[in-house]
Amino acid sequence: MAGKNESVSKTLLVAFLVCVVCGVVVATAAVSLRPVQNENKLIDKRMNILQAAGMYDPSQDVNEQFATIERKFVDIDSGDYVDMPESYDQRKAAKDPKQSVRLSGDEDIAGIKSQAKVAEVYLARGDNGELSRIILPVHGYGLWSTLYGFLALEPDANTVAGLGFYEHGETPGLGGEVDNPKWKALWEGKKLYDGQGDVEIQVIKGTVEANTPDAEYKVDGLAGATLTSKGVSNLLQFWVGQNGFGPYLKRMQQGGGDVAESTDAVESSEQPEGDA
Amino acid sequence: MAEKTKDILLGPIFDNNPIALQILGICSALAVTSNLSTTVTMCIALTAVTAFSNFFVSSIRNSIPSSIRIIVQMTIIASLVIVVDQFLKAYAYSISKQLSVFVGLIITNCIVMGRAEAFAMKNPPIPSFLDGVGNGLGYSVILLGLGFTRELLGAGSLFGHQILPKVSEGGWYLTNGMMLLPPSAFFLIGLFIWAIRAWKPAQVEQDDFKMKPNTRVSDAF
Repeated sequence: MAGKNESVSKTLLVAFLVCVVCGVVVATAAVSLRPVQNENKLIDKRMNILQAAGMYDPSQDVNEQFATIERKFVDIDSGDYVDMPESYDQRKAAKDPKQSVRLSGDEDIAGIKSQAKVAEVYLARGDNGELSRIILPVHGYGLWSTLYGFLALEPDANTVAGLGFYEHGETPGLGGEVDNPKWKALWEGKKLYDGQGDVEIQVIKGTVEANTPDAEYKVDGLAGATLTSKGVSNLLQFWVGQNGFGPYLKRMQQGGGDVAESTDAVESSEQPEGDA
Repeated sequence: MAEKTKDILLGPIFDNNPIALQILGICSALAVTSNLSTTVTMCIALTAVTAFSNFFVSSIRNSIPSSIRIIVQMTIIASLVIVVDQFLKAYAYSISKQLSVFVGLIITNCIVMGRAEAFAMKNPPIPSFLDGVGNGLGYSVILLGLGFTRELLGAGSLFGHQILPKVSEGGWYLTNGMMLLPPSAFFLIGLFIWAIRAWKPAQVEQDDFKMKPNTRVSDAF
């Protein structure tokens, strides 16, 4: 019986048929499930944005909550809004030499090597259409991995409203504590820039006490995760700095970024004092 | 027949456990057990793949030329794993994100291949399917034990629900960080194997060779 299976033609025939059947099964599964998968990816991303902005309510539908948030595109160099197709993917663009710039060693404090020329921003609006949050995608290298997250700012484009990472591979229990809600809560109310517009936000080693100088720019480091803390500090300094969203945020502070925001511009002229 | 079916299905849980006795599939047992929800998903995925790959391999076992049998088995297993992965991405997105490459790595899990080669090639489809389910359950028992212990001691929670209040969140439980790292699974599997073999001494392996007592010079001549 073994003999009849061993001929060359039978071997080729079985190999061919197995490949065809398996190929059809795999292709059918992949194609028919793709719409659901894309929907999941979108919901997942929206949920991360809502969480970073502190607006997420698990009992409600993500897409409904996201309805008040508008997606816009910003030219990194000039800080101007630009039009991009809805399908634009910043993470893909960062890897495409045509749509990105390579960063030199001393510019690249976040360890991201190349940066997309156009970045996404998300603007959340309140009930009356007034700007309530500016949400910026940020990423940078920690200890083992690139951390991807969102930084949410108050309409003054200087006060942090929240920070959350949705993808990282840091050590669980140490660097992985970037996901700890207690640590994330420390970010709320911190300031990015001092009175001169210089980037001051940083993660320090140890704990920020009430009497720490410049406490409003400083966040506690994660115990046992010096390099992850340093990474978070660097990536924020990069993304709110001159090579990141710096020009855009400056416009927002002056109210030039969004025509509808003239009222916010008045408020944001109250620059925070340099020292607490 | 009923007795035999029960043996095929339940035998692999303790008597012939794929991890504890056959020492197969250790890699994923270390990788995915740091919390219970990924563990449960992995158990279901592996059980489904083992059962169906056994079933399909067995269905065509009389037509597989023995010279290409391994690659035919691999093709079937790989296709099933891709299908499972696609389903997870569509219906359990957040868990499939945490499992990342480990669902894909079921392809290389020795349990699946081992059962296809050792059982499905020789037996009819239905018993082969049951054998796959049984071995999946055997794998699951160990994984669930690991996942339970590691998540409870490492993070003080089960399925993400806080059971022991952590010190870092104002409670009293100081989490054991090592439990969240893969090596802890090695220790736990070791303890598990010890427990099973203390209970069922028949599983203790025979020594590969017997030490001769030391000889005196006078014996050598």
